Amino acid sequence: MAKLIQTEEEILLSESANGFLNKAAPVSRLRQMRDAGEHSDPELWQDMAAAGWAGVLVPEAEGGSDMGHAAAQVLAREMGRTLAVSPFISTAVMATTVLRNQSGPQSRTRLQEIAEGSLTYSIALDESAKFNPNSINLKAEKRGNGYVLNGLKPFVVDGGMADRVLVLARSEDGLCLFDLARDTAGLATTAIQMIDSRDAASLAFENVEVSGDTLLGDPGAGLELLKPALEAGQAVLAAETAGLSEAAFTLTTDYLKERKQFGVTIGSFQALQHRAAHLWCEMELTHSAILNAGRQLDANPQNATLAVSVAKARATETAQKVVQEGVQMHGGIGMTDAFDMGFYMKRARVAAEWLGDYGYHAAIVAKLRGF
Amino acid sequence: MTTVTEQATSDSVGFRTEIRDWLAANCPEEMRDGTSGEDSICWGGSTWVFTSPAQKTWLDRCAARGFTVPTWPKAYGGAGLNRDQDKILKEEMQRIGARSPLDSFGIWMLGPALLKFGTEEQKQQFLPPIARGEIRWCQGYSEPGAGSDLAGVQTYGADHGNHWVVNGQKIWTSYADRADWIFALVRTDRDARKHLGISFVLMDMRCEGISTRPIQLISGASPFCETFFDNVEVSKTQVVGDINRGWDVAKYLLTHEREMISNGGNVLGSGRALGAVIADAETGQSDPVLRADAMRAEVDSLALEMTLERYKDQAEGGQGVGDASAMLKYMGTELNKRRLELVMSAEGTAALDWQDSPASDWLRTKANSIEGGTSEVMLSIISRRILNLPG
Repeated sequence: MAKLIQTEEEILLSESANGFLNKAAPVSRLRQMRDAGEHSDPELWQDMAAAGWAGVLVPEAEGGSDMGHAAAQVLAREMGRTLAVSPFISTAVMATTVLRNQSGPQSRTRLQEIAEGSLTYSIALDESAKFNPNSINLKAEKRGNGYVLNGLKPFVVDGGMADRVLVLARSEDGLCLFDLARDTAGLATTAIQMIDSRDAASLAFENVEVSGDTLLGDPGAGLELLKPALEAGQAVLAAETAGLSEAAFTLTTDYLKERKQFGVTIGSFQALQHRAAHLWCEMELTHSAILNAGRQLDANPQNATLAVSVAKARATETAQKVVQEGVQMHGGIGMTDAFDMGFYMKRARVAAEWLGDYGYHAAIVAKLRGF
Repeated sequence: MTTVTEQATSDSVGFRTEIRDWLAANCPEEMRDGTSGEDSICWGGSTWVFTSPAQKTWLDRCAARGFTVPTWPKAYGGAGLNRDQDKILKEEMQRIGARSPLDSFGIWMLGPALLKFGTEEQKQQFLPPIARGEIRWCQGYSEPGAGSDLAGVQTYGADHGNHWVVNGQKIWTSYADRADWIFALVRTDRDARKHLGISFVLMDMRCEGISTRPIQLISGASPFCETFFDNVEVSKTQVVGDINRGWDVAKYLLTHEREMISNGGNVLGSGRALGAVIADAETGQSDPVLRADAMRAEVDSLALEMTLERYKDQAEGGQGVGDASAMLKYMGTELNKRRLELVMSAEGTAALDWQDSPASDWLRTKANSIEGGTSEVMLSIISRRILNLPG
């Protein structure tokens, strides 16, 4: 496995991503979108596609840049810092991973469209308030050559805007993964007013008739197809979450150096210094876990579950601590909407739940470690 | 690029086979019991009593091959292994449950300091006997009045031309009563600023005027001593680094010590993996709060392991770990304390018996976040030197 330090290419990639995002998608852009009632930024996605980000995992033969998971994490970490809004994880990471493992010309075409930025995806998975891909009840009944889908997916990230949706459903053969256009008849989308101001929707399936060729892989193989995609998504979301933590932490330490009370900068108080130092330690450990997950996914994707779950659990927990301390150390101003800390806190909460929370991933770690 | 990787892979496969064969032929059966606790350690030194003939055989064979200090140069008793090779050696030893052939402060602390700051004569004189386990060292740093404020040491070496006459007292000197030599911080200039008047001095414990007294700890053990210096004559050739610049050596060594302690530490004696304890213990299975805490500890342990790996990769790439070693020390020791608390909880009343229980290990871990710089000192280092918060 490659070393747990960033390569020169990765450092260059992060610097150029950072430069681009600071200009094209700073936190003020998210604020602007929220105030205008927008939940996605199609123009930004076009720019990201032009830079090769949409095709980060798409093979070169299909027009992608095929840079691998560690590179996808580098990009996500930078997006986390500025809270850039994009369907990167749903489309460029998860759907791409599923489609890459499909044979057939249709998947090739879709990969090409993803890479060029003309096709976006969402993943319709969760059916309860907690991530649990084993507990799927959306019904897929065989009818003729196709299926009829009935049920509800109440929390689909990027589900309001994405062109297509990968749906996990239960048939008599077990879990099946379907690749559907979002405007398929009978599929109703209701937007959710998300705390992080981004796109998520509830998808209701009422007698949705789909042809047999929308089924990916064999009937019953749905979760198997989705597993590598979920792990890739979790690892990259962990990186985004870490980037978010780092930015919120920098906001906080900058404030500690600047804010004066009792005639001195508050950063000179040991009570705050030690808490800030502790957060930095937590971020260091989390950063290692994230690098390790990316390296595992690139080197040995069949055996990356432990690395990915450690990364997602750590990233989730660290971000919670950083944003909570971030508000507290800012005092009153941290509570104001005019200040950016709240945006970080809200995104951290959404990222904590999406694709498995701390408890979900810690339980996987414990199981793999024999208890 | 592929050829380079393949080359490296085939080299490491060859090396692994060589190590495996050597271990199979040379590691005595009794030394393969997988233990790593305090009782199984071979500390070496002139007064060492081997716990079994196998322990001596294992030490001698490893020393002859350079495997007591695998990464030291061959000229000083090492095997000259690079980090990848060293890792393979450790993995292969772990695979058969081989004990460490020799642990000592000479290996962990003085050796690295001598390799960096020592003269050629000092390296020749001191490193090979450390590698062979012939000389046991102790560390004379803390004093009753200089704990967290280590640079405040007052043990004083009065200048007598070519030698000093040392007077003063050290405390928490690990195993001073069994050590052959001591490396100590001695104030050699009382007029300079406190960090700039300290020398790093080597002394033979048999010198007239040195005496020790063990301190009994809450764990029942007495690993630490008080060490007294009463008009001890020390030649100025026994200073490591420049006179009055001992703080540089001490800081370097502290960095090393912090990494070592955080590494899970040969001296931490944390015994069995937490997961295994929780899985076996009755309470470990039935208590949801304990399980949840254990899961958290396991997640954090893995992230710490990855961080150690990352820092090693960084160091090898030429970026020193530097002040971040304070983070490793802080997180490693706090985590170790958590782990032993969980082990005690999991074993319940069975852990309350001194015999065959983790009780003494549990109590021993409480010192981890004090020795080598307290957790609070580590956080202050991070705050000042890494976060640049106002001092």
